[in-house]
Amino acid sequence: MSDVEIEIDGKTYPAKSGEMLIEVTDRNGIYIPRFCYHEKLSVAANCRMCLIEVERAPKPLPACATPVSNGMKVHTRSEIATEAQKGTMEFLLINHPLDCPVCDQGGECPLQDQALGYGKDNSRFLERKRSVPSDDIGPLIATEMTRCIHCTRCVRFGEEVAGVMEMGAPGRGEHVRITTFLDNTIDSEVSGNMIDLCPVGALTSKPFRFAARSWELTDHQSISSHDCLGSNILIQTLRNRVERVVPKENSDINECWLADRDRFSYQAIHSESRLTKPLIQRDGSWQEVDWETALTYTADGLRSIIEKGKAEQIGGLAHPMSSLEEFHLFQKLMRALGSENIDFRLQQNDFRDDDIAPRFPASELPIKDYARQSSILLIGSNIRKEQPLLSLRIRQGWREGKTTISAINPIDFDLNFECAVNEIAPDSAMLSRIAALANAIADLAGTPVPDEISTLSDDSDVALIARQLITAGQEGTIILGAFAQQHLDASLLKMISIWIAEITGSRLAVLAPGNSAGGALANCLPGTNGLNKQAMFASDMSGFVLLGGQLELDCLDAYVATKALKNADFVVQLTAFKPDPHEQNIHVVLPICSFAETSGNYINCEGRIQNSQVAIPPIGESKPAWKILRVLGNFLNLDGFDQITLDDVTKEVLEVMNSSDRTPSCRMKKFRLHAPITPTHDGLIPITYMPMYRGDALVRNASALQNSSDNPGPLVSLHPDTIKEHSLENGDWIEIGNGDVSACLQIIAEPRVAKDCVLIPAGYIETVNARAPGPLRIAKSNQEKS
Amino acid sequence: MASKLQQLYKTFSLQELRKGMGVTGRQFFNKKTTIMYPEEKTPKSPRFRGLHALRRYPNGEERCIACKLCEAVCPALAITIDSEEREDGTRRTTRYDIDLFKCIYCGFCEEACPVDSIVLTDIHEFHMEENEERLIDKKRLLEIGDKYEADIATARKQDAPYR
Repeated sequence: MSDVEIEIDGKTYPAKSGEMLIEVTDRNGIYIPRFCYHEKLSVAANCRMCLIEVERAPKPLPACATPVSNGMKVHTRSEIATEAQKGTMEFLLINHPLDCPVCDQGGECPLQDQALGYGKDNSRFLERKRSVPSDDIGPLIATEMTRCIHCTRCVRFGEEVAGVMEMGAPGRGEHVRITTFLDNTIDSEVSGNMIDLCPVGALTSKPFRFAARSWELTDHQSISSHDCLGSNILIQTLRNRVERVVPKENSDINECWLADRDRFSYQAIHSESRLTKPLIQRDGSWQEVDWETALTYTADGLRSIIEKGKAEQIGGLAHPMSSLEEFHLFQKLMRALGSENIDFRLQQNDFRDDDIAPRFPASELPIKDYARQSSILLIGSNIRKEQPLLSLRIRQGWREGKTTISAINPIDFDLNFECAVNEIAPDSAMLSRIAALANAIADLAGTPVPDEISTLSDDSDVALIARQLITAGQEGTIILGAFAQQHLDASLLKMISIWIAEITGSRLAVLAPGNSAGGALANCLPGTNGLNKQAMFASDMSGFVLLGGQLELDCLDAYVATKALKNADFVVQLTAFKPDPHEQNIHVVLPICSFAETSGNYINCEGRIQNSQVAIPPIGESKPAWKILRVLGNFLNLDGFDQITLDDVTKEVLEVMNSSDRTPSCRMKKFRLHAPITPTHDGLIPITYMPMYRGDALVRNASALQNSSDNPGPLVSLHPDTIKEHSLENGDWIEIGNGDVSACLQIIAEPRVAKDCVLIPAGYIETVNARAPGPLRIAKSNQEKS
Repeated sequence: MASKLQQLYKTFSLQELRKGMGVTGRQFFNKKTTIMYPEEKTPKSPRFRGLHALRRYPNGEERCIACKLCEAVCPALAITIDSEEREDGTRRTTRYDIDLFKCIYCGFCEEACPVDSIVLTDIHEFHMEENEERLIDKKRLLEIGDKYEADIATARKQDAPYR
């Protein structure tokens, strides 16, 4: 594609007309110093560090803002160029404090490095240096604004990439300062990237503050399994302690970005709440025991159920963030015990299409193509909070004017791009709206629509979305988010979406939580006559084996989950974190390692297998989950549990998996629509959701994330009009539940929630009773809570 | 033949012995250089590199800011530092250990220190009875600094013109 030739330092290089000089030099490994230029951000050319000499130009030109032209002759090391760069550096150092020894950026600071090459050994500046007050901008980013050199990378990141302009540069000249507006905090879910972008120590990581120096940290390649992307991370350790997590660049997945969830959840690894010894429930309290006792106790408990002939009444539930190997050994253990009741889909509520479901929840669209679609339809997806980095890609396409986005969502989510059509359709309305869309598409395409679909349809006007999807054809994508997957009629939503995708030629993406693809491919799913999660909770189970997490916080239907655990005779939980001291339903807790202490493989929504390495030795007496599962197999005298290393397990599971096709596909094996079961609500419609920093045990125990604004607390959100209708006031305490059981919670007015809808956050013990099945009732609480 | 006679003369006239005894005799009556250690001590250069100490500012605040440059520069990996943000927001060490067996007393730590916190004093007479005593921690280092601050300051002052 190169069409021009330019000469740099006497050598000729091909270049594309219109690209900037710095892109050519970067591509060819020619060094040009810079502060404000970043390849993922727009060109600002305000630091002037990249000044270079161009022949026949009267003055040095900034390489980042000079487009190439044919026959251009450039000198990057000439006297004019270096003189200009040294001059720039002297100006930058006028106001920059020389506090490198106490600055967290020291050792990985572009200004420090470049001052060595372009700076003078002493200052000619004798006047007072400028000092700027530093504001508290939240629990994640520490500020020291006197160090700021006004490169505006953070401002441009917020404006262009993250989609929320939280930083700005008010003032002029000497008085310009980078700050948040009106003393706000930085609340973006990708704000941590500003720490990486900042070329000086103005913005640094608060949890990492003063903990270590960059040169003494050891990198360990790992995978973040908080969402289905499988972002590549580097775990940086010092003396067997995880000190921080930084992104590992992978242009196909996370580029150079990382969501705050992936970046700061490492805090949980060394938190106070880590479980370091096996616990047994005795006389109503937890007692620490040794491994031998705990494993014997567990094996005896499970054996006693099997001896009663109730093996098929043991349920196995794994957390979707488990690794491929853990999933494999878990299902193997359950099947060897004689139970086919295995599941990991803790947030799904409709399992009627299991028999015709595709191999694994997948995105047919490769992650890197999310910025290149001409039309995207979001169904029940708050993608900004569910898969923050995918949302950035969609935003990129939208900003470039390539992508038109429409959404059919239960709530008017605050997305970081604008939707051309934004249908608010809570609960059963979501189903009828999608059916209406199928109708509209059938009309436009001139194909008959199956009767089952047309009967579901309402008469809403979705023709615009239909036209967009048809025009986009193969460049259209339909995304089914968490709210579509947790819908009571998820199977219908999926089926109709598939029908639409087939008519329009668009691609589908089912973005499931964590390592769901790994769970499905390792066959951690109910077998023949096995019970799924919902059926397990509904039937009278004798025992449960729980891998990872904490069931009442990880499940949306926590009320029935807690009840099921209570009814069971024996419950064993494998978890990395301490259980509730008053927990009565679990009988034995075995401490497992967190992701940093054990290696494992994770599969992302593209079907890509990625390996995560060990970073630190196990904490306390905790052991990798795969080892515990293997030894449990030995204690129960089961066959097939003689793996010695994790590689043996990996080999075993890959052998099973390789026989199946791993191309990402969301298509069902045949067309089948079930009767809708979503109840029609006369009164209030409950909408349960998982706040992004409550979804798994790691984020729940990461203190910085818990203090950020994306952890709203157990607050019930209602539309201001609905609050008025019920003669309540914003901030009131209410009794909320089905009449028999209720919870006392505070309400908050949120205009984004549709009228007559009640938005209840999962992930909090306080809201469990509010999520009991049955019609929802609210009433003002008599007891005021402080 | 002549050299052999010369050799013979030297041997029997005890010429070499008398020469040697002459040196001995001269030294016998000269001023003595031997000192009665430990009662007497030789003077030391202000640059003498002995036992380590952590210094404080005159207001009592510890100088060390946990920049870890001494740890990084130490060729013997004798220094181990852990740091944290102290309650007042400053960068401070929570651990500052020096392994006296690993240390080669090169003085690089003192050279690297931007705040003149870690210094090598002129103390060279120290001993330990248990193996673990070879590790001296922050508390001990500050104690040494407090005790000998006057000497340390004087030595730095004397050497200042040559730095």
